[in-house]
Amino acid sequence: MTGMLPLSEAPYAAGRTSDFSETYRRAYRWMLLARVAEEKIASLYRGGKITGGVFVGRGQEAISVATGIALRDGDIFAPLIRDQAGRLAFGESLLDFTLTYLGARSGPMRGRDGNVHRGRPKEGLLPMISHLGAMGSVVNGMLLAHRFQGKKHTVGAVSLGDGATSTGAFHEFINQAAVEKLPLVLVITNNQFAYSTPTNRQFVCADLVDKAIGYGVTGHSVDGTDLAACLQTIGGAVQTARDGGGPQFVVATSLRLAGHGEHDDSHYIPPQLKETHLGRDCLSVAEEHILSQKWADATTVEAWHRDSHTQVEEAVAHSLREAAPDPAREDWCALSSRHLQEGPELHPPLKY
Amino acid sequence: MITYLEAIREAQSEALEKDPRVYIYGQDIGNFGGAFKATKNLAQRFPGRVLDSPISEDAMMGSAIGAAMQGMRPIVEMQFADFSTVGFNQIVNQAATLFWRSGVSCPITVRLPSGGTPGSGPFHSQSLEAIYAHYPGLIILTPATVEDAYSMLLEAVAIEDPVIFCEHKYLYYHLKAPSLPKEALPVGKARIARAGRDATVVTYSAMVHEALAAADELATEGWEIEVIDLRSIKPLDTDTVLASVARTGRILAVGEAWPWGGVTAEVLARVATEGFNLLDAPPMRLNSKDTPVPFHPNLWGTHRPTARTISLALRELLRA
Repeated sequence: MTGMLPLSEAPYAAGRTSDFSETYRRAYRWMLLARVAEEKIASLYRGGKITGGVFVGRGQEAISVATGIALRDGDIFAPLIRDQAGRLAFGESLLDFTLTYLGARSGPMRGRDGNVHRGRPKEGLLPMISHLGAMGSVVNGMLLAHRFQGKKHTVGAVSLGDGATSTGAFHEFINQAAVEKLPLVLVITNNQFAYSTPTNRQFVCADLVDKAIGYGVTGHSVDGTDLAACLQTIGGAVQTARDGGGPQFVVATSLRLAGHGEHDDSHYIPPQLKETHLGRDCLSVAEEHILSQKWADATTVEAWHRDSHTQVEEAVAHSLREAAPDPAREDWCALSSRHLQEGPELHPPLKY
Repeated sequence: MITYLEAIREAQSEALEKDPRVYIYGQDIGNFGGAFKATKNLAQRFPGRVLDSPISEDAMMGSAIGAAMQGMRPIVEMQFADFSTVGFNQIVNQAATLFWRSGVSCPITVRLPSGGTPGSGPFHSQSLEAIYAHYPGLIILTPATVEDAYSMLLEAVAIEDPVIFCEHKYLYYHLKAPSLPKEALPVGKARIARAGRDATVVTYSAMVHEALAAADELATEGWEIEVIDLRSIKPLDTDTVLASVARTGRILAVGEAWPWGGVTAEVLARVATEGFNLLDAPPMRLNSKDTPVPFHPNLWGTHRPTARTISLALRELLRA
């Protein structure tokens, strides 16, 4: 099955449970599934099976999942390149991920776009463009539309990195959200590097969250390696926005435990930084927490690992069998008003 | 009599009246009524639907795209076409690619007060239709008449795709018509503004009126010049252009925009590739000079094509 799962039917959906340990377990399982799925795609990339880039969220799954799991039907989510966990928690199927990475015609982007540039806008999941900061105002517009249409208590979440905070688009959209008092939740993952550029070449403010006050919005800081803290802080920010508290500005701190993409060996990340608190792997930390709290035993956790691998293997196997896009069957029409597309004489049908 | 500007206001009023999905977003367009008063009284008549934006062209465009994805029909007023370059990324990378990538259409109308007026200078005078036309996924309209300003704006709002609506500031107050039209040519169809048999001028927007004045002048010398108003430059009505060249054998393409690439280059490329055998003389084109648009009227009047320079070019074309 492709497409979006109704959140209430998603296997690990947060639901409305008041049991924090249950939410934590579900979040962990999405993180695990995302990690296993991305490792599989990275492995296929190394084997030359993937066209284009591969971008993974290793080290920031806790932040991402906490965002996705706090959202519900009718909400908007604009994920970025390291949001596999959040996408799954929001309801994106694993097949959308594998079909898009493998370039299948049956994927949501039909081979016209690839890898992390996928989504289902009608179901609230936006397909990111590469220009950082550009999705924020689109989410604002969707929330404005909800206001016009009388849809209440919906939230839009935007995921960004530390690098995007330097763009003009970032400034414009957070200010616009503040002016319109929109239920926007901005989750900034400060993973210390934008591609290879360290934060001291990106900004000089003491803490990115200090920017919130300048925009007149509520700021939150959270340790991005700590799943419990992420669930509480980001979940709380989403609830505050939902309750009419206006834009929420969350800065989560972590370290990118991978290259910018799989093409990048990230040699520029100092090894000693990986030994600090920032360098903790949020997935291992979460697993240890589950075991120490006895929220699950080792046998159960092991079964979750096996289940993740099974799901990923099935999705990849299915996607590898799907047809690639066929240029002869492509309509080459960029407009939904087909009669206004520029003349076919400019690009006659290819003959084979 | 109704002016070109009033026609634009009337079309927006009608769109707001008839379609609850329509709203207008732009700088100073609310109670103030816009820098050119294109939305005068609309905020009062349609409370909550004519919204002042911050000076944030990128966010203005991005939010319009998001609202359109959720079923709204936003009209964005750029205060001047020149400032749309700040929102360029959202227009060409977000709006223009959305349908192709995701299958979700993006029905937005972006109004660009375009073109030169005396004293406006380099940053309030630009004609940007060509740079937007370069991108797939956008429709570019360039109305030259009061009637088209009205009917094409209404049609722009109805179109399911992003429309860049290049309205000419010089025509705002200069151009008047007795009434608004009841029917119109569809978008994508050019109009023969004046019939002739000796040479064809292909142009659009304010230059249509300069070309018509040039044709009047040459008529006193016995020449019959055909003037084609493209109306929409993307899609571009190549058939009407070629049919005219088949009758006259001579073509001059005129545009107020800069010469490199652009609409006149595109028109002549199509005529040369698809209608080479129709030509009795080398095709010609006339654009503004390849400099920023000058401030002083003396310079500005020479920077852009005028009836006088179009007449000179036509005489050269007719001698060839």
